Amino acid sequence: MTTQQAKYEYLLRLGDSSLIMGHRLSEWCGHGPILEEDIALINIALDFVGNATSLLTHAAQVEGKGRTEDDLAYLRNERDYRNLLLTEQPNGDFARTIARQFLYDVYTFFLYEELKNSKDETIAAIAAKSHKEITYHLRHTTEWMLRLGDGTPESHQRVQTALNELWMFTSDLFDMNEVDALLITEGVAVDLDKVKEQWEKRVTAVISEATLLVPTTNVKQKGSREGKHSEHLGFLLAEMQYIPRSYPDAKW
Amino acid sequence: MNTTLPSKEDILLLLSEITDPEIPVITIIELGILRDVIWDGTLCTVVITPTYSGCPAMKVIEDDIKIKLKEVGINNVKIDLVYSPAWTTDWITDTAKEKLSAYGIAPPDHSTIDKGVLMGKPRNLKCPQCGSIHTEMISQFGSTACKALYRCLDCKEPFDYFKCL
Repeated sequence: MTTQQAKYEYLLRLGDSSLIMGHRLSEWCGHGPILEEDIALINIALDFVGNATSLLTHAAQVEGKGRTEDDLAYLRNERDYRNLLLTEQPNGDFARTIARQFLYDVYTFFLYEELKNSKDETIAAIAAKSHKEITYHLRHTTEWMLRLGDGTPESHQRVQTALNELWMFTSDLFDMNEVDALLITEGVAVDLDKVKEQWEKRVTAVISEATLLVPTTNVKQKGSREGKHSEHLGFLLAEMQYIPRSYPDAKW
Repeated sequence: MNTTLPSKEDILLLLSEITDPEIPVITIIELGILRDVIWDGTLCTVVITPTYSGCPAMKVIEDDIKIKLKEVGINNVKIDLVYSPAWTTDWITDTAKEKLSAYGIAPPDHSTIDKGVLMGKPRNLKCPQCGSIHTEMISQFGSTACKALYRCLDCKEPFDYFKCL
């Protein structure tokens, strides 16, 4: 594997995760539990899609085959997608959306903090930009975790169930392969073991403060690095890619 | 026919007429979105930076720049979108902050976000309507990516706050 190939893979992971996360959140548009929350979720979705645009533009440049960020977003199938399994999980109820988002926000908060020092200047610049936005996302989901966990018996039970069901996808966040090995030596990528330590500490602290329990399941689902996804991604892409695939020359 | 080429200063002056599509009282220069203009007599490169990654106003701003330059006969325009250094509310000029306030949007009141933003309490902002500091945050996310939603507890009016980044 060349550095160029590894970088392309790495950028897809970051960019695809943002894109799928953004798309999932955008599904809340017009369905939020209250107007302010509807607006908040869509604002956050917009940040993710913007971040994905920058990352996939860079990925397309690194790939060097003349593709654009739109080609990458709209013309790849699920096995070519490298987004984290957590990001493609369905929204479920509001507690589930918040729990998923919280687990992901803590991850990106620490990951992007490290990526600011990447030797790839474009990645470092995008990370510096996005980290400011992620800080607001994490504040938002942290507040909701506390409100839901330490709220009514109903909200407590719902967010606990969400955590229990999503927990099996969290080991996928820290999975590393030869792409990481190569890019860590080159100072481009981040050692995810380091991120994992910070993630566990923060997640545990918030879960405890929210009077919730850290799930104890040993079941682990991995595979996003090889494009092995849960069944949900195909349905998501079918919707997201419908227009550009049906009308390939459409402009808007 | 006058063939004198406009200078870089002329171009900057021209582009300073472009306002933010979502906050039409301040210009892209006052906001700190326009970073530089490189003009070699044939190609005009305009360097801009987004406020937020997904800000939908960027596309409109790019189009506005091209239209403005076309008016003075510059058709060969390249827009360079840069992310570094990352945009910060610190770049909003004092004049622009006053304009924001007069427009009904509370301007960012302190510089770059600190760790306190993670768990800390939002501070009491001055209501741009009545000036009271008896205000509270309704939501960290407002009508656009760059704003939060507040309300004044005295005059009861809601207002936007241009949040710090």
